[in-house]
Amino acid sequence: MTNNAFGLIYTGEANAQLRELTFSRSVAAVPFGGRYRAIDFVLSNMVNSGISSVGLIAQRNYHSLMDHLGSGKEWDLHRKRDGLFILPPFVTKDNTGVYRGTVDAIRSVLGYVRRNNQRCVVLTGSHTIYNTDYSEMIRQHIDTGADITIMYSDESQNSFDRSEQYDDLRLKVDETGRITELTFNPLNPGTPLTGCDAYVMDRTLLEYLVEDAAAHGEFDFMQGVLVKNQHKFKFHGWRYDGYVARLNSVMQYYRHNMNLLKPEVAADLFNPDHPIYTKVKDEVPASYIGGGCARNSIVADGCRIEGEVENSILFRGVQVGRGARIKNSIIMQASIINPGCDLDYMVLDKGCQVLGGRRLAGYDSYPMILRKGVVV
Amino acid sequence: MPGKKIVAMLLAGGQGSRLGELTKSMAKPAVPFGGKYRIIDFPLSNCVNSGIDTVGVLTQYEPLALNAYLGSGQAWDLDRMNGGVFVLPPYVREQSGEWYSGTANAIYQNLPFIEQYDPEYVLILSGDHIYKMDYSKMLEIHIAKGADATIAVLDVPLEEAHRFGIMNTDDSGRIVEFEEKPKEPKSTKASMGIYVFSRDVLKKYLVEDTHKTESEHDFGKNVIPAMINGGAKVFAWEFHGYWRDVGTIASLWEANMDLLGLSPQFNLYDKEWRIYSRSPIMPPHYMGADAQVENSIVSEGCAVHGSVKKSVLFEGVRVESGAVIEDSVIMPNTLIGAGAVIKKAIIGEHVRIGAGALIGCERLPDDAPYDTRLTGDITLVANSMSIREGERVPVGKVIRFDPANGGN
Repeated sequence: MTNNAFGLIYTGEANAQLRELTFSRSVAAVPFGGRYRAIDFVLSNMVNSGISSVGLIAQRNYHSLMDHLGSGKEWDLHRKRDGLFILPPFVTKDNTGVYRGTVDAIRSVLGYVRRNNQRCVVLTGSHTIYNTDYSEMIRQHIDTGADITIMYSDESQNSFDRSEQYDDLRLKVDETGRITELTFNPLNPGTPLTGCDAYVMDRTLLEYLVEDAAAHGEFDFMQGVLVKNQHKFKFHGWRYDGYVARLNSVMQYYRHNMNLLKPEVAADLFNPDHPIYTKVKDEVPASYIGGGCARNSIVADGCRIEGEVENSILFRGVQVGRGARIKNSIIMQASIINPGCDLDYMVLDKGCQVLGGRRLAGYDSYPMILRKGVVV
Repeated sequence: MPGKKIVAMLLAGGQGSRLGELTKSMAKPAVPFGGKYRIIDFPLSNCVNSGIDTVGVLTQYEPLALNAYLGSGQAWDLDRMNGGVFVLPPYVREQSGEWYSGTANAIYQNLPFIEQYDPEYVLILSGDHIYKMDYSKMLEIHIAKGADATIAVLDVPLEEAHRFGIMNTDDSGRIVEFEEKPKEPKSTKASMGIYVFSRDVLKKYLVEDTHKTESEHDFGKNVIPAMINGGAKVFAWEFHGYWRDVGTIASLWEANMDLLGLSPQFNLYDKEWRIYSRSPIMPPHYMGADAQVENSIVSEGCAVHGSVKKSVLFEGVRVESGAVIEDSVIMPNTLIGAGAVIKKAIIGEHVRIGAGALIGCERLPDDAPYDTRLTGDITLVANSMSIREGERVPVGKVIRFDPANGGN
């Protein structure tokens, strides 16, 4: 546990590759894993690390994010001292309210940054999902005397697809863990070591870096701050060997959800020693009625299942009518699949309805998405 | 702070000895029910949904689990600036200090708590009933009739009426006679143990009752009859709907089974009347590739690799492959080993059932004798017990911690 760091989460990632999933919400608010939103993971990581002050920079479509987070009480961040601070954009003389990048965003919330008296800041994005405790990373940061410590994972097991590349920070490290080379969205990554969009540095250094970058007309944190300053400061890597899900594209989103059906992935992301907190909905337990059944599937509370579910993820309050068959699909909260439907490789956003007997199918290389609230 | 119109007092005190091993280390209201709830969630959620935000929970038996469960009351939206939920154990006063000697005495000892909020009305509830009720409707009738006390009653079958406190009313609904467990019931209106009192009248009768040495200081036996005989206006308010006293092993099992099926007898799936509970913070449940499930309720954090039929699985239950569970209630965080067979049983929290164990199997002539008076044909494994691999637990037996044996 740590008490010398505060958290800062940037949720303004402009990730166009999640298509319909981010039409009405930020990446941070994208539903994941049957009952969570992407943001729940970094936020829970911070809380489980003993971080008690978290600033959350909101930029676009943050309504659903604020609705989800509320006062922060479900993450135990509803405090008198410290707690959760949602930092929406605001317009001033030298701030248009629309951030040109992370640097702009952090610069506009320097008031919050300065108010914290903890030594370090844990700065993260919100589209990378993993379950860890940052205290070890913070300890390493202090022990090595690094200026900036970057969390990374080894992606040599996963194939590289240029079309899915997004905020791809690649790094090389020497035997002491010091970073020798940083590249951003490289055409041919010469290294499988990939940043996890989480950084530890001294609060005062962050203040200097964003002011300095802005003064030089740089707005992107990875390019304008990290890559640019890689020879000026001492960068260290903190290697993370657990499961890392980067929600870069619809395909990645689909694959990482489906990977939760593997016991080793579920055990890693849902480690009972580091619980993932989320908004409580007070749904009833899931009910299997008559011949309703599920195989190799994740089913959340509030579901009522009269049909057959296989290799799928059902969020809270999904109804599956009699004789309906759902395979290889992700069905988000409160969607209704009427009797006799047949769904394969589908991603249904919240509150969709498929009328009786309809057949919908995508393909394993291209799952189809139904936008929020669609009736088929 | 402004006063409250009504304050609820929830009698959670009883040991609930008929629940046997289930209430060995916790008060009855803390007993798990319905896959993710505890019994107390029902009256508490009813209070919140009825607009009552001040609730005193009276308990003097094993309050630890109950206290930890209630916490600040946040899960029920009862963490309020003015009001909220309070656990009220007996305490020592300047002159004296005593245990609660009866339901009426428990309220009497807590009159100072009630008076802090200066309410016009007091609602008295029991902590061992499963039902959904809008208390505000009952209060409306209480006010409209200008009653001193209003008692919620349920129409029960005539042949069962002898088990209840029976209210005999006149045409206006006013109670003219109260009979506790009558041999020959004159009506079928059974008291549900839910009372609305006008506060001043309640105080008057509680003070009178406390000085009567022959009184058992019980609402049903003493205070209500005294009010009726003393000419107070006591009305019956008829409730229509599902209501179960889950004070016995059999009734607890049955009430759990009432939740199953297409149109369950008791429907929790009601967005307008949510039952709130403390969230266990677990991921959604996982059904394995070979899992079979039929007519069951499965809660968060479960992992099912075996077969589950007509059963209720609480959070964090793990069913290993080849295990068979039928007509059973499996309480939180219990492990059912591979190939184990469980039939018509209640398995407590944090239990480990070894691989191939048979729970609720046929009783053989050479089985050692055991007592089934509390359990009937329901087999019960108490909290935190371990059942060895391949062990047989015949129908109706209770597996409990036996200090003489250093275990079971």
